[in-house]
Amino acid sequence: MTVRDALNSAIDEEMSADPKVFLMGEEVGEYQGAYKITKGLLEKYGPDRVLDTPITEAGFTGIGVGAAYHGLKPIVEFMTFNFSMQAIDHIINSAAKSNYMSAGQISVPIVFRGPNGAAAGVGAQHSQCYAPWFASCPGLKVLAPYSSEDARGLMKAAIRDPDPVVFLENELLYGESFPVSAEVLDSSFCLPIGKAKIEREGKDVTITAFSKMVGYALKAAEILSKEGISAEVINLRSIRPLDRATINNSVRKTNRLVTVEEGFPQHGIGAEICASVVEDSFEYLDAAIERIAGADVPMPYAANLERLAVPQVEDIVRAAKRTCYRSSSLAATA
Amino acid sequence: MAIWVVAARKSGATMAAARCLTRRNMVNGGGSCSAFPKSHSPNALAGKKEKENSSALLGFWRFKSTKASAAAAVDQLYSSDEDVTNNHQGLDFPGGHVSYTHSLNFISNSSTQNRVPCYRVLDDNGVLIPAAGGGSNAGDFQFHHHQQPLISQQTALKMYREMVRLQVMDTIFYEAQRQGRLSFYLTSTGEEAISVAAAAALTPDDVVMPQYREPGVLLWRGFSLREFADQCFGNKDDYGKGRQMPIHYGSNKLNYFTVSSPLATQIPQAAGVAYALKMEKKDACVVTFFGDGSSSEGDFHAGLNFAAVTESPVLFVCRNNGIRVDGNDALAVYNSIRAAREIAVKQGKPVLVEFLTYRVGHHSTSDDSTKYRPVDEIEYWKAMRNPVNRFRKWVEGNGWWNEGEESELRSATRKQLLQAIQAAERTEKPSLDEMFRDVYDETPSNLREQHEQLREMIKRHPGDYPSDVPV
Repeated sequence: MTVRDALNSAIDEEMSADPKVFLMGEEVGEYQGAYKITKGLLEKYGPDRVLDTPITEAGFTGIGVGAAYHGLKPIVEFMTFNFSMQAIDHIINSAAKSNYMSAGQISVPIVFRGPNGAAAGVGAQHSQCYAPWFASCPGLKVLAPYSSEDARGLMKAAIRDPDPVVFLENELLYGESFPVSAEVLDSSFCLPIGKAKIEREGKDVTITAFSKMVGYALKAAEILSKEGISAEVINLRSIRPLDRATINNSVRKTNRLVTVEEGFPQHGIGAEICASVVEDSFEYLDAAIERIAGADVPMPYAANLERLAVPQVEDIVRAAKRTCYRSSSLAATA
Repeated sequence: MAIWVVAARKSGATMAAARCLTRRNMVNGGGSCSAFPKSHSPNALAGKKEKENSSALLGFWRFKSTKASAAAAVDQLYSSDEDVTNNHQGLDFPGGHVSYTHSLNFISNSSTQNRVPCYRVLDDNGVLIPAAGGGSNAGDFQFHHHQQPLISQQTALKMYREMVRLQVMDTIFYEAQRQGRLSFYLTSTGEEAISVAAAAALTPDDVVMPQYREPGVLLWRGFSLREFADQCFGNKDDYGKGRQMPIHYGSNKLNYFTVSSPLATQIPQAAGVAYALKMEKKDACVVTFFGDGSSSEGDFHAGLNFAAVTESPVLFVCRNNGIRVDGNDALAVYNSIRAAREIAVKQGKPVLVEFLTYRVGHHSTSDDSTKYRPVDEIEYWKAMRNPVNRFRKWVEGNGWWNEGEESELRSATRKQLLQAIQAAERTEKPSLDEMFRDVYDETPSNLREQHEQLREMIKRHPGDYPSDVPV
């Protein structure tokens, strides 16, 4: 099942089960969705539950938040999370904080979803990863699926959750197909928020990643295994709350850590994971933690530069090797 | 489609115009703008003609030529039979019918004749303005303007009492802030009629999304002076559990959304709440308040646009403290909100109401407005155009109120407030665990851990922490 179909089926099933769930966003209805994630839903549920909005992120996000205040369950789509910047006040100051500021009187069961991070050749204003920005804010939950199973389970969990959820998808993953079990296809399937998944078990080095980078990490693990390094790959799934227990347990087992993300390095997800491991599992580390992140520049457009600005599989392999050899050799290159 | 409420000047000529807000996005499949003003001639849009200079002339000629070719192209698409209504040639766009004009006129707001007039019921001395003609037709609703406005003695007295209590409350809390007992306060001085009279015209089911200058609504709906004081002092009885600055009141049971500081965010949110009400098919509307400053925000435009497109029952009430309705006339406020609510609920159309008023007080305790406006202007409005005095004259003129009752109400309220403040000030602040609750629906494990750690820290170093916060 492709990630696209996984998202579409999850939204469809939740809309069918709960009449309060409704969709809004630019082109989600008649155009079938800018990336066809919401295909067929307008025909099935009608214009009352699938709203094509005017082009105003600030406007329709505000409207979605208002609807959530009064008990509806909106799923607000941003054509890309880069555009969510136009609405970030509603997301942070209204959606995230209202339950706290009103002392529980106003709950905001809203889901903000859309593609996040770099695509291919879309330039600086369409390529930023917003995981660190949203994940730093208390009151929000932030999810990042990788596989179709993740997409289905986490989307259903997000829609059912009474708190505001930021759901970070990835445009390049929409078309990728993953095997899914019968359990995943069942309409009651749901994944818990706040639990990471160990995609591949290993004993020499822990590699954490989320979204598209999970695929890269798995490829890197394959390459490393041929060189005698057994890497454990953790698919974070949930950025906030972060599954610190799984990460720390894994590092206590392997004693080495490489964090991987596509976004900017400073104050990124890797920074938080490093802090957590240093605080909780300092004695277990046999090597300095390696952070792999995108280049600290706005995303360049030229294809050759773009390739150099995002992590590649080889970068992850080299970093893992560095953690494995650092204790015995000063050579930082592999 | 939104209807702009306008009504009579005191000169008596009753004119009501319904104007359709054009939608920016014609592609939406939602409701179409079909009703168009009947008594609307193309020249009604005329303002001052632009001075003719070379660039204007060029523009004029350019306009003419494109219009000619466009008109020619379009004529072939549409049959001329349909276009002729009242001898006006026009064009049917997806959004509605638009008449043509042969005269190029720029709409200018410097021409005062074409300003939308301001509705009022009481004159400056609190005397009912006699209505000429007895009624006004505004197409979609009947707005009765008889000698007796649609208000009972009981309602009028309650309105007056709450306006007085609001004044007293504002005075005392403002003083408390100046004395350092409160960190912040914000008065409604000069705008008492708006929040109280509007609340009187609504039902308890109508959801109110305030800006921050509408505690009059809460007073009307029964929020007690003690409850106001509890929020201002942030003690454990505060419904907000001490999480926000003073004046950020909120009450679920009174259908009053907790005040949020960023300006104008409540405007599109109100459209969203109204959408939810519409889905529920509830006999209720949403009323959202904002100042004229907030109407500059992008959220304002998006909220109105969206409400119009989704045909949701919401009243957008602009406190223009810089037409429409004389916001210092309590009866005008009451009547206009009553009528606007009818439209919103019965027809599912959003309504924009603009209350002209004057903010007598400073913006807040952080402001000294004498720095940007003349002191005698403030004094004039406070003394001569005071909404509470004006309404008082009318109520007294009817024999429903007198000087004795006035001084009794003011002193009783003052006494209650001072007691409320003393009690609220002495009440314990919320306990430590309240800091960690309500971030999410269920308190997550990391916050429980942090709470535990903080408890331990306080136990070990009690001297470093305030002793009056229960742990």
